[in-house]
Amino acid sequence: MNNRSIEIVELNKRYGTIQAIKNINLTIQTGELFGLVGPDGAGKTTLIRILTTLLLADSGKASVNKLDVVKNYKQLREQIGYMPGRFSLYMDLSVEENLAFFATIFGTSIQENYDLIKPIYSQIEAFKTRKAGALSGGMKQKLALSCALIHRPKVLFLDEPTTGVDAVSRVEFWEMLKELKNTGITILVSTPYMDEAELCDRVALMQNGEILSIESPDELKNNFPHDLWYIKAENQYKLLQILRTWEKTYSAHGFGQSIHFVSQDSQMKEDEIRQFLESKTCKIQRIMRIGASIEDCFMELMNQPKKA
Amino acid sequence: MKAFKGFVIKEFYHIFRDYRTMLILFGIPIAQVILFGYIITTEINEAGVAVLDNSKDAVTREIQNQMLASGFFKITAQLSSETEIESIFRKGIAKEVIVFGANFEENLRKGEGSDLQIVADASDANVANLLVSYTTAIVQNYNRQQMADMQIPMQIEPRVRMYYNPELKGVYFFVPGIMSVILMLISAMMTSVSIAREKEMGNMEILLVSPLRPIQIIIGKLMPYFLLSFVNAVSVISLGWLVFDVPVNGSIVLLLAESMLFITLALSLGLLISSVAASQQVAMFISMLGLMLPTILLSGFIYPTENMPLWLELISYAMPPKYYIIIAKDIMLKGVGLRYLWPETLVLLGMTLFFLIVASKKFKIRLS
Repeated sequence: MNNRSIEIVELNKRYGTIQAIKNINLTIQTGELFGLVGPDGAGKTTLIRILTTLLLADSGKASVNKLDVVKNYKQLREQIGYMPGRFSLYMDLSVEENLAFFATIFGTSIQENYDLIKPIYSQIEAFKTRKAGALSGGMKQKLALSCALIHRPKVLFLDEPTTGVDAVSRVEFWEMLKELKNTGITILVSTPYMDEAELCDRVALMQNGEILSIESPDELKNNFPHDLWYIKAENQYKLLQILRTWEKTYSAHGFGQSIHFVSQDSQMKEDEIRQFLESKTCKIQRIMRIGASIEDCFMELMNQPKKA
Repeated sequence: MKAFKGFVIKEFYHIFRDYRTMLILFGIPIAQVILFGYIITTEINEAGVAVLDNSKDAVTREIQNQMLASGFFKITAQLSSETEIESIFRKGIAKEVIVFGANFEENLRKGEGSDLQIVADASDANVANLLVSYTTAIVQNYNRQQMADMQIPMQIEPRVRMYYNPELKGVYFFVPGIMSVILMLISAMMTSVSIAREKEMGNMEILLVSPLRPIQIIIGKLMPYFLLSFVNAVSVISLGWLVFDVPVNGSIVLLLAESMLFITLALSLGLLISSVAASQQVAMFISMLGLMLPTILLSGFIYPTENMPLWLELISYAMPPKYYIIIAKDIMLKGVGLRYLWPETLVLLGMTLFFLIVASKKFKIRLS
């Protein structure tokens, strides 16, 4: 199974003065669930569009299933499934008509590949006569995924599939991806949500068109080089201000209702933090050591000066 | 091929489910034919005329009777002095005043010649012109009837015959023009908007990634509009024939074939527009301004291009509807065949090929 499904070498793309992606090198194995994680404008969509033959790179090479994305684009288009970031179904067509349409243009039928989409499609099949425009966000997304899968692609590209979808549907969606992965399909998914990165086999953290790291979520978290403190205070804003002005602070970031803090002194004890904060009249509710999350890793990588 | 069929079926769903599309497709053509047919007319019908009869004899009465009998005029006022003329025009009671001089019949009999003055309200120049010439014609006609008994030896008598449209009906002239406007509008605008919609909604991304070939996407987009435009051409011709008695003197097959050629031309223009327009609004705007106005103003539909300044006349030669209007008019009214229409047909064919090739070349197989 150690086949290379997607290979990217030295890929560059520029829009006017903006370098959308810079020197991307990436190899994805067959059957992998691979995540491209990064904020808006990181270059995720550009990379996916180059791989799906929709855009031409300025330099570098990319191939999917050993097919070059430029030279062999016609063959390649038959083997890939693509779900763009924007909702791309026909609103005036019913659920079933949408699915049947995408089946016919890929030269297949709903019946032929029903087994593959059944886990997903069966959830919305009750609404198959309803117009796609009248579906909820989560249902639209399930339909879009069914449409992207209907021709049994070998590689599936999903561009921010969970953006703008409610929390429950997001969880459900990732469950479906896990199931799909078991069928042997290679999945490349982009997302701005760090928590979703944990669900991938490997993730590439992207920012400003560059890949900062490519690791499995566990490796990424284990490689976090610092001790990380979870601190919760009554006044979170005040706490953050105090920590940011402390000369011993390496980094302090707000995470929901708490602060994730890293000291410059790797030997620092809980008491020292507590004492310092109390001397600044900050009422602490909780301090504890925690393991790093993907987001901590991302923040860390972003702050690091570029390695040569 | 199955993929292509599925694509065309999907396209029909879009058309039949959107009531606005349906309205534009089938409402506008019918409304336009009827509106243009009834409203834009150059004929005179019961125009108001006032009479200032200073003689009140048999001859003046007879001339008035003949005017009434023609159906073009209706006498709305009898005046008693010239000072009333101005106020009649101001009040809008009459568009024309006929002034018979004193002793009209007597002077006529004596051979001294009689005074007949026609005063017209020329604030609408075209109408004034028409009224005056109709009145003159009636008077001359009366004159000739009287002369017939007197046997004047030498006399030039023009016999006028209006070929192809003996009753000078405006609608004969407008039906071919409306056909060109409708086919241009439906074909070009609807296709450009529908392709722009695929782009705007992000559907084009998936269509491009699919194994559908670009040519299949193009033809799949054009075919439904081709069929519907053809239905429109047929319904405009039948409507003209049934409601306004506009004849098709030539070959109906040739007329429909030329219409198909023109539809193809308009469709490729629509395709070209869609390749530069990123949104439905832009596509609509370009079609309206770029196609509608020139089609109406510069194609000879309403205003003859020969009377335009040279530079505008030259531009009009680049307007595809101009050639279609010539062809449709010639087939419908003159009944001529392809033998006389091949230059125009060739021009249309050349333009169609040109636009089709340019549009296909410009159609992108990738984004941006």
